[in-house]
This record gives sequence, C-alpha cells and structure tokens, in this order.
Amino acid sequence: MKFPVKWLNDYVDISDISIEKLAHEMTMSGSKVEGVENLGEEIQNVVVGKILSIEKHPDADKLVVCKVDVGEEVLQIVTGAKNVNEGDFVPVALHGSHLPGGITIKKGKLRGVESCGMLCSIGELNLTLEDVPYAIEDGILIFDREYPLGMDVKEIFSLNEDIIEFEITPNRADCFSVIGIAREAAVTFDKPFNLKTPVIHETNDKIEDFASVEVLDKENCMRYAARVVKNVKIGPSPKWLSDRLKLSGIRSINNIVDITNYVLLEYGQPMHAFDLDNLAGHKIIVRKANEGEVITTLDEQERKLDSSMLMICDSEKAVAVAGVMGGLNTEIEDTTKTLLFESACFYGANVRTTARKLGLRTEASSRYEKGLDPENVIGAINRACELVEMLGAGEVVSGIIDIDNSNKEGKVLPFRPDYINNFLGTDIPKEDMVKTLTAFEFKIDGDKVLVPSFRSDIEGEADLAEEVVRIYGYDKIEATPLRGETTQGIKTKDQKMADKIENVLIAQGHYEVMNFSFVSPDIFEKINTNDETIKNPVVILNPLGKDCSIMRTTLVASMMDTLSFNNNQRTPNGKFFEMARVYLPRESEKLPDEKKKVCLGMYGGYDFYDLKGSIEAILDNLNIKDYEFVAEGENTTFHPGRCARILSGDKLIGIMGEIHPTVCKNYAMSAKAYVAELDFDTLLSLWVSDVEYKPLPKFPAVTRDIAMLVDDSVTVGEIEKIIKKCSGKILEDVKLFDVYKGEQIESGKKSVAFSIVYRADDRTLTDDEITVVFDKIVSNLEKNLSAQLR
Amino acid sequence: MKQLLEKIKQEAINSLQNAEKIEDLESFRVKYLGKKGEVTSVLKGLGSIAPEERKEVGALANEVRAIIEEKLNEKKEAVQNALMNEKLKKEVIDVTMPGKKCDMGKLHPLATVRKQLEDIFMGMGFSIADGPEVELDYYNFEALNIPKNHPARDTQDTFYINDDVVLRTQTSSVQVRVMENTKPPIRVISPGRVFRSDAVDATHSPVFHQIEGLVVDKGVTMGDLKGTLELFMKRLYGDDVKIRLRPHHFPFTEPSAEVDVSCFVCGGKGCRVCKKEGFIEVLGAGMVHPKVLKNCGIDPEIYSGFAFGIGLERIVMRSYNIDDMRHLYENDVRFLKQF
Repeated sequence: MKFPVKWLNDYVDISDISIEKLAHEMTMSGSKVEGVENLGEEIQNVVVGKILSIEKHPDADKLVVCKVDVGEEVLQIVTGAKNVNEGDFVPVALHGSHLPGGITIKKGKLRGVESCGMLCSIGELNLTLEDVPYAIEDGILIFDREYPLGMDVKEIFSLNEDIIEFEITPNRADCFSVIGIAREAAVTFDKPFNLKTPVIHETNDKIEDFASVEVLDKENCMRYAARVVKNVKIGPSPKWLSDRLKLSGIRSINNIVDITNYVLLEYGQPMHAFDLDNLAGHKIIVRKANEGEVITTLDEQERKLDSSMLMICDSEKAVAVAGVMGGLNTEIEDTTKTLLFESACFYGANVRTTARKLGLRTEASSRYEKGLDPENVIGAINRACELVEMLGAGEVVSGIIDIDNSNKEGKVLPFRPDYINNFLGTDIPKEDMVKTLTAFEFKIDGDKVLVPSFRSDIEGEADLAEEVVRIYGYDKIEATPLRGETTQGIKTKDQKMADKIENVLIAQGHYEVMNFSFVSPDIFEKINTNDETIKNPVVILNPLGKDCSIMRTTLVASMMDTLSFNNNQRTPNGKFFEMARVYLPRESEKLPDEKKKVCLGMYGGYDFYDLKGSIEAILDNLNIKDYEFVAEGENTTFHPGRCARILSGDKLIGIMGEIHPTVCKNYAMSAKAYVAELDFDTLLSLWVSDVEYKPLPKFPAVTRDIAMLVDDSVTVGEIEKIIKKCSGKILEDVKLFDVYKGEQIESGKKSVAFSIVYRADDRTLTDDEITVVFDKIVSNLEKNLSAQLR
Repeated sequence: MKQLLEKIKQEAINSLQNAEKIEDLESFRVKYLGKKGEVTSVLKGLGSIAPEERKEVGALANEVRAIIEEKLNEKKEAVQNALMNEKLKKEVIDVTMPGKKCDMGKLHPLATVRKQLEDIFMGMGFSIADGPEVELDYYNFEALNIPKNHPARDTQDTFYINDDVVLRTQTSSVQVRVMENTKPPIRVISPGRVFRSDAVDATHSPVFHQIEGLVVDKGVTMGDLKGTLELFMKRLYGDDVKIRLRPHHFPFTEPSAEVDVSCFVCGGKGCRVCKKEGFIEVLGAGMVHPKVLKNCGIDPEIYSGFAFGIGLERIVMRSYNIDDMRHLYENDVRFLKQF
C-alpha cells in the first residue's frame, strides 16, 4: 500500500519527523516500509516562465531565441522547439538547475547566441501523458493555465511529495488504509491520534423515499449500509484529491468515482456508487448468484457466475459482484443524477473464493479477503458523503440504510502482565503495557482487555504480547541462552548412513547433484522403462508446465539429464550421484510412499566395472558381505547384456548397468552412460554398523594361482562361487587377475586366472592340506563348468 | 717379523689411499685380510716362531689386522657415500610437475552448507527431524493456523495433488508432526526440500530448501529465541555479527519477527550488498502460536516454544557469492567442482 506521506498528517502530526526516521521506526514497530519515493527528488530550480517574444536565430534555421519572464528577471533562452508561441506559460530550467538523470543545466552559447536556461518537455521532468494529459510528448510543455511566474513546477505536479510504501501482512486489514497506518504512527511516535467524525449537511428528503435494501445472505453480508446523493454533478476532482489518488497509484476518473477510491484508501473500506436511476425498483438485494447467471463488470468483461458467489442485485438483475467489482449496467456516468453509495462488510473467504474463481483481484477484494471491520462501514460512507458536499458534487439525502447483522460482542481476553513478561523474557512495567494497549484502542478493565473491533487478528494473549513488545522494542529484549533439561543433538541411524554413503561416493570421485523432484510424464518413454511399478506417479494438479507435472518415481531420468547436460557442455567425463526421494502412490493412504534412493551415474571413459566398483565400495563400507550381481537382460532401460540386479539373499538392493543406446539417443547423449539406482532402506536393513575386531593373523598365508580354459558363457561369478564353496574355512581371499581371449585360445573359449590366498588361524598350512582343497576345486570346476586346467 | 708387519701396515694404508672403486677395496681385503692374505699368513706362521716372541708378534699382528680392517671400513663407507651421492645427483626430478591424486568428488554446495548448519545446531542440542515432502494440507497449512481460503495462503503459491494433499511449501509442516509425536523438551531442526509454484529465474526456483527449527519446553521465552539465533549467527558468520529482529507476521508464530544479520561485507556500515541498510534479512522466526501448540496436543499454559525458518539457497548464494539460483540445479560439474 502506497500513498503520499503527507496524508498521514490529517490524522497524526508527524510533520516534525524526517522521512528516514519515519520509515525506520515504523518498520521497527511492525509496519514494514518497502520504500520511499520522491518523484521530484532530482528536479531543482525549474520554474514557471512566460514567453514574451520569439525571434529567429541569426545563424541557425532550426533554432529560435526566446525572451522568457521568470518573475524576477527576463532570460534569453535558445530552443529548437516548434510548439512555443508568445504568451505561453512554460517550465524553465534555470542556470544551475537539475533535471532527472543527473542532468545540470548551465548558461552557454548555442551557435553564438547566449542561452540562460532551457525550456522543458514533460519527458525532461519525468512526467508522462498520464500525468499531464494536455501536453504533447515531442515538444515543450505548455501549461494549460497561467501559474505565477517563478513558481517551482514541482508544486504544480506534486513532485515534491514523499510517497511511502508499506508491506501489509494478511492479518492487518486495518492497516490497509491511511487511517490504520496513522494509528500505528501515532503509537510508534507517542503522538495523539485524531480520528475526525465526518460532518454532513443533509437535505430534508428521506432515504426511504429513494431506495431500499434487502440482505438475503446474512452470513456472507454482515453489514450493508447505503446512502443516497441527489442532484449529482459529475465533473473532475479538485487537484488535491486527484493528486493524492495519483500518488497512491490510482487514476483519477471523476469526482464520484474518485471519492469512492479516496475513501477506500483512507478508511480501508471499499465503497461503490450505483446510478440509482438504473437500479430496477430502486432496490438493492444481496443474494447468492444463480448458477450460470451472467454479469458484465466495469472492465467490460462478461462474467459467468456460480451459486457460491455473493452478488449485489436490484429487483431484476445482478449489478455488482459483492466485494469484487461493480457492474457496467449501473455505472456512474456523466449523466448520473442520483446515486446510491454502498459501504458494506462481506465475508472475506467468500470474496476471496469468488475473486479467485473469476480471476479478478481488485483493490476491494484484496481488502475484503483479509476480513474487514463492520464498525468501519458507517464512518466510511459518511466520509464519502462529506467529500461529496465538500466538492459540491451533489446533495446528500437525509438518513442512512444500515442492515447490520454483524456480531456486536467484542472480544475479551485476559490481561496478565506477568504472563506477557514471562512469555517474552522481559520486564516491562504494567503501566507501559496499559499505555501501549490503550493507545492501540484496547480497553483495559482490571484483568480483562477488550479488543477493538478493527483488530480481528487479535485472538489471544500471545497477540497482546506482540502488541506490547513491538512498541517496547524487539531490540530491547535481552538475548538469553537456552535453559532447562539438556537435550542431545545426535544423528539417527539413517542420517549416519546417508553421511557414510556420501563420503564413500565422494571418495570414489562422484559429484553430488540435485535435481527437481518433479519431472515430465515423458520420462517413462524417454528411459524406455518396462518397470510397471514406476509408471503410476503422483500427479500435480497445477504444475508450472507439463515438463514438471509429475513427482518422480525414479532418479534415473534426472541422472540422464545431468549426464546429458554435462556431455553437451563438452565436459569429457563425469561421475555423479544424487540421494533423494521418489514418490510412489499407495492405494490405502492419502500420502505416497517417499522412498529414498541413491542414484549413481557416469560417462566418458568409464565402463560397467567402474560403476560396479563404486557400488562395491558402498557395500564394503557398510560391511555388507553377502551380495551378488546377477545379470539382468529384461530391463529395457539398460543394455540387455550389460545390466545387473544387485541382490542380498532375496532382497533387491538395486539395479545398475550401461544405459541402452536408444535411451542415450533420447537424451542426446553422445557418450556411453552408466547408471545405478539403489534403495536406501534396503541398504539400511543390511548395514552392519557394529564392527568387531579380528586378531591379526599369526600364521603365514599360502597363495596359489589357478588358470583355466572355460566356455565364453561361463561367468567369473560362477567360478568364484565354486572356488569359495570348495575352499571352506581356510580361504582368505580370491582375486581374478586375468581374463584372456584370442591367440592360442580356441574360439568360443576364454582363459581365466585367479589368485587364491589360504590361511588358518591356528596353524601354518601344509602343502598337503592345500593340495586336497585345490584338487577339489579343480575337479568341481571340471565337472560343473567343463573347465580345463591350464 | 715385527718389521714385516709394520711394512705390511704401511703398504696397506698407502695402497688404500689410492683405492677408489668398491672392487679395488674387495681385492685389497683379499690381499691383506683374506684367507691367504698377508696379515693372515703372518698369523698362520706364528707357530714357527719362538714361543716367547709369539705372544708379542701375535698381538701386533692382530693390531695390524684391526687397523687395516678399520681403515678399510672407513674407506668403504667413504666410497659408498660418494657412489650414493653420485646416484642421487642423477635422480633429480622436476618438482613442479603435477602431483598424482585419485579424483575425489564433492558434495553439492547446498549440502555442504546444510551440514554446516546441522553441525551448529547439533552442538546446541538439536536433533534432525524429517517429514514428508508430499504433505497433507492439514500439516502444511491448517494445523499451522492457515485455514482454507485464508489470504495468507496467497503468500505461498502452492502445488496441489488434490484438495487434501499439497507439495509442502514450508518445512514448518514437520513442526506439527514432531510436536504430535514428541513430548517436550523438543529441540529439532528439519532441513528439506520445499515447493512453490514460482517460475525459474535468477532468484526463484519452484524447488528449494529450508531449515526449520523448533524449541518447545516449559518457560521458553522470546529472549531465548533471540539468544539462540544470535549464537547460531555468530557460529555461521563470526563473533562480530549482530542480529536485529523486526516485527512481522507469520500465521503460526506470535509474536513473529523477521531476522536481519549485520552485513558481513561492510560490517553494518552500509554497502552495495546490504543495499545501504547495514543489515541483511536472513530468516523468519517467532514464538510458536498457542493455537498451533494446542493443535498438536501441547498445553500452551504449561509449555511455550519458538520456531524459525531459514532459506538455505539464500545463505549458500551469499556464502559463495553466486548470482544465479539456476546454477544450483543445473548440475554442471564445472560449477560443482568449485566448492
């Protein structure tokens, strides 16, 4: 909410307070100042002048030499403007004057002729046609009347006013007005607050002879007040009024519409004026719309209504959307003779819903939706009538129609200064609290406090504490350390495991990435998945766009984005990981299952075994021993021959592999990509976090190498399994050290070599012992895998 | 005999002086001290001399042997040292060539700073709580004193799944879940993702991170809130930092405050970073609204508490002087490598 700061002086005398101090102190007492603007700040020494004569420039065709009377002297000014005539009143920038944009005007010679200033256009004064409708854009501003010569032009356009803008929080509807802010300022600076009662000189007619009001929906219309003005004379508003509106960001229309807007800003009470002669039956009926009813609003849009919307109607038709916007059919026009002012209190939630449904948020609706004070209605309508009389815009008919169904019971809260001090950790004297609360128009009666009607935000003692402390000063609250029972800041098991996995992956060279939680529904096609369990996502009703409209059910697609992005930035390689949630809907629950996943990805010079190595590093660091990688040929996201499921017993830890070339193509990925997705909770269930020390070996190890020829289809895993099974307890380690195909190896076969380490805890192993084991391995390999020892 | 030994000694010492190679030393040893060497021969021949001389000559022979041995060893060491130094000279390397390292990855800057904040708060006795990101409207709004159709909802543009389910717009939703399940004293922080339907630009992202803090106990005051935040800010930005609380409004705290920290660029004097204010807004906070306590089954007559919410992105961007939020979600490794 912004308005010229001088307006406040009508209600509280702040003329002795600098604008900087005002802004700071108001912010510190709870009315946050967003900014202060002074339109004329950069304009200095620009005055009204009268052109006495115009002569041709002796040496330039396009220039003329003017004699300009600026009150105290007559100046010679050279100009190139074509629209000036003798006798015109114009803005003159004097020698040493300043214009917007840091321009300084100085005496000088133009083609040999002295020029002692400059005639200004509206642009040079930072004005627009909206500010000065009678001006032209590409010429000197010619004033439409004869201002005193030498007068500062800033006064003409109210350019010397400070405009202050406040951020109004949703709880303070009362501060959405000049009066509300003035009240805050009065308490902040400990000054008297002068709220005046409007004075109206009514005619002898009775309003009942002019109009009637019926409220059918009392729930959504708590109060409806109406007054009638006859012999209306529509015309322009006086300058002071249109200036205040303009500086508050509202365009001046005509005196009556301007009055309603003026009261809106001043009282925070939306007002509406109907042309009474266009109200059928001279009657106002407040009711819900009929389903499908139509109204054309003042912005000339046809609006289709539904039965939840509160409407203002006459005896035949809808004439306004309550609290949102008036109808075109009863608009105030130049010909309007009699008008009806509406000042009403509608239920905020209804106005808000209606405004949202119609996509029409107005100055009025944004106030109503915060919940307005029914007690403000009468003051506002009387103020409007007072202004009508003041402006000579019509005669106010005697009487007021006031259909008041609002709750008159004031809110009463306990007043416990000790509670407030204990809650705040302060030592504020009771008298100070009483003073502050009273200044805010609370009424204190012993240990009770009556909340003023305009403070619907005050609900309990905590609110009273805030009223007290924001004037006492947040800065005066003493900062104290936490006391009481000691609590421990420790991580849970899953938080610790997350840290561990992160550390391992970083050590393996993976960079952590963060992708959005929502993705495009196209991803299932893009990653070409045949996993039905992830194809049923949580869908966002109002996404920013289709490409972020579903909650991700897999991290693989996001990882492909990351890999592809980096690949396309011509970064030659990269290793990444993301630990984040996927969202899987559950039939019996309102909320989806949020499962944490660990996704690894790499490209550029890496292969399947690099990825596998990173996964094994995780498993090793979590002390998970019992796991296997099982070839997986069915998952269509991956290369059919380069994909594995990672299992521990019957628990599926995750899946990994080389991304299918088709999927890479879908992501415009020119390099081979390797991705794995592991399930966090499964890892957590397998994590052996308690490690027991094993004594260091006392007896030497024996190492035997074994090399064999097997069919190509035989896997290293199968061979390892047999070696492990046959070796029994004395096996310490088995390591693959060579796989060879090619020359000297018959085709369809490969040579595989392992190094096997044996050791016993309690003795030095003998050759004989090992030979027994070794022979067993050899015979089993021959028998089960048709291996030939080399 | 004695003269012979003296002669051998002199000869040996002289010839040792000329020896330079390790092989020369070996033949020297064989010549004098070997099985058939000159000193050894003298010792072998002791049997043939008169017994009364034998002792004396024997002693002398052993002495000569010892001297020669000692000299030989000295010479050996000198030659070896010279050899080693020779070798070391040839082994000079270019120390300016790059080192060998295994390539490490890095945490995302958001995670790095999050962990920093977690550590600070854990040191103050806070534990870390977690809650759903797809959340019931009740926990995200209603229990936090933001009823349906309340204008306060306008300040947080919300993604809806259906009428009852939203993408949480604030980690404050975790507050309610924690209070429902925990008896005071409560000290938790809850870092996590939140969602608002803001289009992506340099300062907005529809997905971002908050860290919520909550303390509930008997006799918790607004002074405690101030003390806690002051300590936190000092740990984060250094002991010279000052904080400033300004009244504000949040539906779930009362009184509420916006918290500013003295500008760490200019120290409060006013500069471009703090827009000449001397202070920078960093978080929102307040005393937990009694209604919220009541909604969670905690009696506000017995207990009170405070809560605060920190926007992680803003802290990260300020810490590293990052000018565009989009970098944080683009995952360009050239960006990620810098932290």
